[in-house]
This record gives sequence, structure tokens and C-alpha cells, in this order.
Amino acid sequence: MTRIRKIPFWSWLWFVLGAIYFILPLFATLEFSLSMERDKIGLLAYTKAFEDKGFIRTFTFSNILALATIIASIILFVPTAYWIRLRLPEARRLTEFITLLPFVVPAIILVFGLIRIYGSPLDVPFTNIELLQPLTNSRFGTNILIVAGYMVLAMPYMYRSVDTGMRTVDVRTLTEAAQSLGANWFTIIVRIILPNIRSALLSGSLLTFAIVVGEVILASFLGVDAFGPYLFLLGQHLAYQPAALSFLTFLLTWAAMGLIQLFTGGQSQTVGAH
Amino acid sequence: MSQSTISNLKIMKPFANWKNWLGVVPFFLFAFLFLILPSLRLFVGSFTDNAGQFTFQNILQLFTQKSIIDAYWLSIRISAITALGGGIFGFLLAYSVTVGGLPKPLRSLLITFSGVASNFAGVPLAFAFVATLGRTGFITALLKDVFGINIYQSGFNLYSFAGLSLTYMYFQFPLMVLIMAPALDGLKREWREAAENLGATTTQYWLRIALPVLLPSLLGAIILLFGNAFGAYATAYALTGGGLPIVTIQIGAQIRGDVLHNPGLGYAIAMGMVVIMAISLAGYSWLQKRSERWLRS
Repeated sequence: MTRIRKIPFWSWLWFVLGAIYFILPLFATLEFSLSMERDKIGLLAYTKAFEDKGFIRTFTFSNILALATIIASIILFVPTAYWIRLRLPEARRLTEFITLLPFVVPAIILVFGLIRIYGSPLDVPFTNIELLQPLTNSRFGTNILIVAGYMVLAMPYMYRSVDTGMRTVDVRTLTEAAQSLGANWFTIIVRIILPNIRSALLSGSLLTFAIVVGEVILASFLGVDAFGPYLFLLGQHLAYQPAALSFLTFLLTWAAMGLIQLFTGGQSQTVGAH
Repeated sequence: MSQSTISNLKIMKPFANWKNWLGVVPFFLFAFLFLILPSLRLFVGSFTDNAGQFTFQNILQLFTQKSIIDAYWLSIRISAITALGGGIFGFLLAYSVTVGGLPKPLRSLLITFSGVASNFAGVPLAFAFVATLGRTGFITALLKDVFGINIYQSGFNLYSFAGLSLTYMYFQFPLMVLIMAPALDGLKREWREAAENLGATTTQYWLRIALPVLLPSLLGAIILLFGNAFGAYATAYALTGGGLPIVTIQIGAQIRGDVLHNPGLGYAIAMGMVVIMAISLAGYSWLQKRSERWLRS
């Protein structure tokens, strides 16, 4: 007796419902953004949004912030993860715990703490001797603070990505081989380790990019002129341009996730910067 | 001879080890400066009164001041509803593309889409829902023009509890799909065959075998979804502009200006959030460990 394969009605129902939930808001946003001119479908909202100097400035700046975060994360996390694998396995659990902490401390709490610590001068305890001016006083200090904050927000993804990448390469053998050929630590990390974990680095970097470019909490509370706060303010007094930029943000996220899929072969990760 | 080499090694080891720790100093320093220290500042602040003295008053006030209890309660309700709703719907979706018999390509499509949607949050998400369900939104207009139903007249409002929940669902159920799809893959075909050979119906198989095996990861994922919604700020702020006083919105107002007229109380609210987030993450990882017993693939 052969079993007749029924059409999985319920599965199709759930899938179609899910697809509708996914697509409707995007479709509505697209439709709205295309209808700036009365009775006509057109790209006016997009050209207007792009022409705005604020958009170019903030979007460029957000990309610079994302790039800075990615580079600083790689410089800090790769040698650390490498060193722990090679020489300090006893630090694994502690590091793992720290990289998970940003899940417990949401962005709004993190920025609260950062402002309270770095928004006032740092004194030597119990004296009035000033060690450090408030970082938030200068633009440069604020930029350092926000990049550090973004590194913290992206740490669970970036660090774990790097660490998982290293699991698949034999760090010890590679190191010994390189050392026997006379390579120093810098050469080993830059020319041996980095190329070997490039797909992990790439997916971590793209996730970091997706977090940083649209980020609004840290940027608005630290008063940084980034794309997130710009889009928010734009939405306060305009209708069509914010919809256009929202749709573009979605496409950007889509591109980042699609590239990750391409490089990691389907192991997707998720971000929690809502 | 060999005796002395061994003892020498033992003496050498802690010293060599101490040097090894130097390699991770930059990372720990970074974590201390930009994660631990800010959190400690809030922690200490929540036990400090306006005069700088130690006090339990702020913590007590969390449980007595009505506006604070209301904010927590609102956050908890919204997180619980979207975690449950998103959890159930996400589970059904993950089911449909894994063991539900849908064609394979739909699976990778859904997983990619889930990766995107669970990352598509904050301001753009809020704007997308305004374009969909706002007063002049696409669905609102469609229902009015085609079916003659005005949802705003029948009590719906996007800028309310229900509206915010619907919006949160957009990043909640994709997250569930991402967590549950691998777990559903862990269900072994043999279990189903064994159950069928013993005469079990599909319902019996699901109720007595599959669901009990999946229960830890199911619960764990729902708890994670809870935390995911609980910590959200940008989406709610962009959608309601602070009109719906959930905890994160309250904290935001407290950062901008001391609206509570007591900095210590602000820190205490933040600490309360951290405690709830920590409990939900701990619950998730505990349940995740338990689920690995059966679902190790």
C-alpha cells in the first residue's frame, strides 16, 4: 500500500500568512514612497531624499562609523580570540560570558551608563584631581565613545563570528609552521590567521554594518549626527521621503543578510538592536 | 633528576601563565571601560540617594511607585504577548518549511527573509507600519475603500498597545523561525516511524513525542523573544513618540532630563530591566542546554 502524499494544506496556509505579514508592510512603504506626486507613480520622493544635504552627510558619516567599528573590532577581537585559543583556554568561559553581556544590557541602558561615566570629568577617587575631561565635551571624544559603544553592541556577533571561524582552522599547527619559518606575531595574525577566517570576518562585519548604519539609540542620546537620528527627525515633519529611505534601509539590510548567506552557506544570525 | 624537572615545571607554570594573561588585557580593559564600568555606575547609583548616601529607598520605590509599576507591567505585557504570539506563529512557520512538507526552496527563502526581518527594526520598521496601518495607511485605505470598514472608527489605533504589538511581531516571529528551524530538524524520522508502527495517530505523535522533545527549546525561544521585545526602544519611540510609557521609554526620558526628580530612581529602573533581561537570558540558555539532550544532531 503506497501512501498518497497529500498537499500539506496547513503548511501552505502558515507559509502564505507569513509571507503576507512579511511583504505587506514593505509593499505599503514602497507604494507610499512612489506616490509623492498626485495620481502618478514616480521616484520623486527618492530624488528629493537624495538631494537633501542632511541625508548625504549623515549617511556618509554612519558608514564611516560602521567602518571604524568593524576595523576596531577586528583589531581588538581577532588577536584576543586567537590568543585564547592558542595559549589561554582557561579564559574562554569568562570571555564567552563577557561577549554575551550586551544581550543583558540593552542599548538604552548602555548609553545611560556611558553618558553617566564619560559625560562628567574622570577624577582620581576621593580627590578633585581631574584625570580626563568628559569625552562627550569634544566631537572627537564623542566619536570615540560611540564607536566603542557600537563595538559593545556588535560584540556578541563579531566576537562569536571570529571565534567560530577559528574553530575550523588548526590555529596551533598554523602558528607553529609560521613560527618555524621565522614569522613574528604580527605576520602570523595578519597574513595567516586573518585570511583563514575571512568568511567569518565578512559575515561578522556585515552584521556589524547592519547594526550600526541605522542605529538610533546611541547616536541620538550621544548627540551624534548619524543616519538613524536623521531619519527619525525627517519622519517628524515629512511623509514621503522617510518612507523612501525606510524602504532603502530595508534593501540595505537585505543586501547585508544576502551576502552573509552567500558567504556562510545558510547559517544566519540575528541582531537585537530594536 | 626527573623529579626535579617536574617540580620545576610546576613552579614555572603559574609564571608563564601570568604572562599569557597579558595577551588578553586590551580586550578585558575594553570590556571593563565600555561595558562593565557603565553598568556598575548604574548599579551603584541605584543604591545612592540625592545626598550621595547609601539607601535602599530607590529599589523599594520600584515596587511602590505606581507610574513605575505601570511602566514595567506595560512592558511585560507587550513583551509576553508578542513573545507568545510571535512564538506560536514563528513555530508554525518553521514547522511548515521543515517537517511540514513544503518544497525545499521555500525553506531557504523563509530563512533568508527571517534573517532580514529580524534585523529590520527601529525607525524604518515604525515608518513601514505607519505606511501600512496608519490613519492613511495602505491596509487602512484598502479596508475602507473595498470593504467599507474603517478600522480607526472601530477602535483600532496603530499608536497604541495593539498597534505596537503588531509592529513588534514583525521582528519577533522571524527570530522564532531562526531558532526553531534547526530544532525541528533535530526531530528524528525514526521516532515518527516508530510511533506510527505502534499505531499512533499524527496527533498522538505530536502531543506525546515531538512536542515534549521540543518543549525546552520552544520555551527557551519564547523567553528569548520576551527579552528581545523587553529591551526594545527605538521602534516604540519612533511609532508612539513616547506616548506609550513602556520602561525603555521611561528610561529614555530620564536620560534626557531628570523627569523623576531622583537620579537614583532612574538608575534603579535601569537595574530592574537588567535583572529581568538577565533572568530571561539565563532561562533561555538553561533550557537550550536541556533541549540538546534529545535534539543533538
